[in-house]
Amino acid sequence: MNIKILGTGCSKCINLETKVKEIVKQNSIDAEIQKVSELQDIMKYGIMSTPGLVINEKVVSFGSVPKDAQILQWIKEAM
Amino acid sequence: MFSKFIKKDSIFIKNKILIPIILLPVWLILYIYLEPIVNGMVYNTFGMNKISQITETIRFFIYEVPKVLMLLTLIVFVVGIIRSYFSPEKTRKALEGKPLFVGNIMASSLGIVTPFCSCSAIPLFLGFVEAGIPLGVTFSFLIAAPMINEVAIVLLFGLFGWKTALIYVSTGLFIAIFSGWVIGKLKLEKWVEPWVYEIKAGNLTMEEEKLNLNHRIDAGFTAVREIVSKVWIYIIIGIAIGAGAHGYVPAEFMASFMGKDVWYSVPLAVLLGVPMYSNAAGIIPIVQVLLEKGASLGTSLAFMMAVIGLSLPETIILKKVLKYPLIFTFVGIVATGIMIVGFLFNLIF
Repeated sequence: MNIKILGTGCSKCINLETKVKEIVKQNSIDAEIQKVSELQDIMKYGIMSTPGLVINEKVVSFGSVPKDAQILQWIKEAM
Repeated sequence: MFSKFIKKDSIFIKNKILIPIILLPVWLILYIYLEPIVNGMVYNTFGMNKISQITETIRFFIYEVPKVLMLLTLIVFVVGIIRSYFSPEKTRKALEGKPLFVGNIMASSLGIVTPFCSCSAIPLFLGFVEAGIPLGVTFSFLIAAPMINEVAIVLLFGLFGWKTALIYVSTGLFIAIFSGWVIGKLKLEKWVEPWVYEIKAGNLTMEEEKLNLNHRIDAGFTAVREIVSKVWIYIIIGIAIGAGAHGYVPAEFMASFMGKDVWYSVPLAVLLGVPMYSNAAGIIPIVQVLLEKGASLGTSLAFMMAVIGLSLPETIILKKVLKYPLIFTFVGIVATGIMIVGFLFNLIF
């Protein structure tokens, strides 16, 4: 599984990245987490508000930091 | 631990609308009785002398801090709920195909309510340009979004009353519409970095999730947590400075160089304000001191808007997508707009 966090470095983006890493670790999910901070690459996903969360190349959320349970649910749905 | 608590809580309270409905009367009662409580505390309990300056300074501080924080919490909560109805993506859709002027008005108004942080200014700029939204309309949005700020509205309302708050919102809108329109008329697309136009943004495959009322109320509480936890310290410091000046600086101290009869006071205020960077929470209590000590409304308003609306960090961020001539034009036009507002108010009031 591939999880991407889209963000240029605002506090919410860093927040989301830590959150996702923690969730993946806690539930021992086999996932590769990538931080995408190049604007050109972020724009490819069609979002304008960061942070964006992409699971297996599918945008699941943008513009906010979702709740832990919600993130876990998306990850499970994508497995 | 905390999240567990909330989870349990949300099973308990099916309709979260009940929380604000219960809290609002409590808020109201507290707000109404705040002044008598504070006065009673300062004059009776502490037994302080009614006319001494130190008493007045302390009373001012003890009264203003909870008052402003309470107002802030309420407004940020309401704005948080309103904002959950908007997103940059929806705003972009609304602005697509709108001509200049109508587009400027819409973009400026949407700039007030659309969730925006200066860290997403660039993706937003790229997204707007990619959707074919004219440069001038995009700028109207980028000017209004930081300049008309809910924290500033609360503080102005709390410290000066609703008229000043209204003046701030309407002049802010005017500047955003005017500046964006001028930038649009000047046809400055040539000064946008060429790579901007080559970007191929992907299509967003995800449908924006439908939010129910519970989600929106959550959004309100999240906004309160995020914003109040960030700005409370500035508000307390600002009010402390205000309280100090309130008691000790002579009343006409500022009149000689920031009064309405000093013609250069407005450009000077803008010139000073542009390189300064502060959030609304920090600058407004300072503006309160200026006003109280004889600075004119127009000059103070111009100073405040220059500090909040035009900031060096944001212009540096914009350098990624704009060439210098456009950045200077942008700063110049917005500064001119702010000065017009300043002069106008010095003339009227």
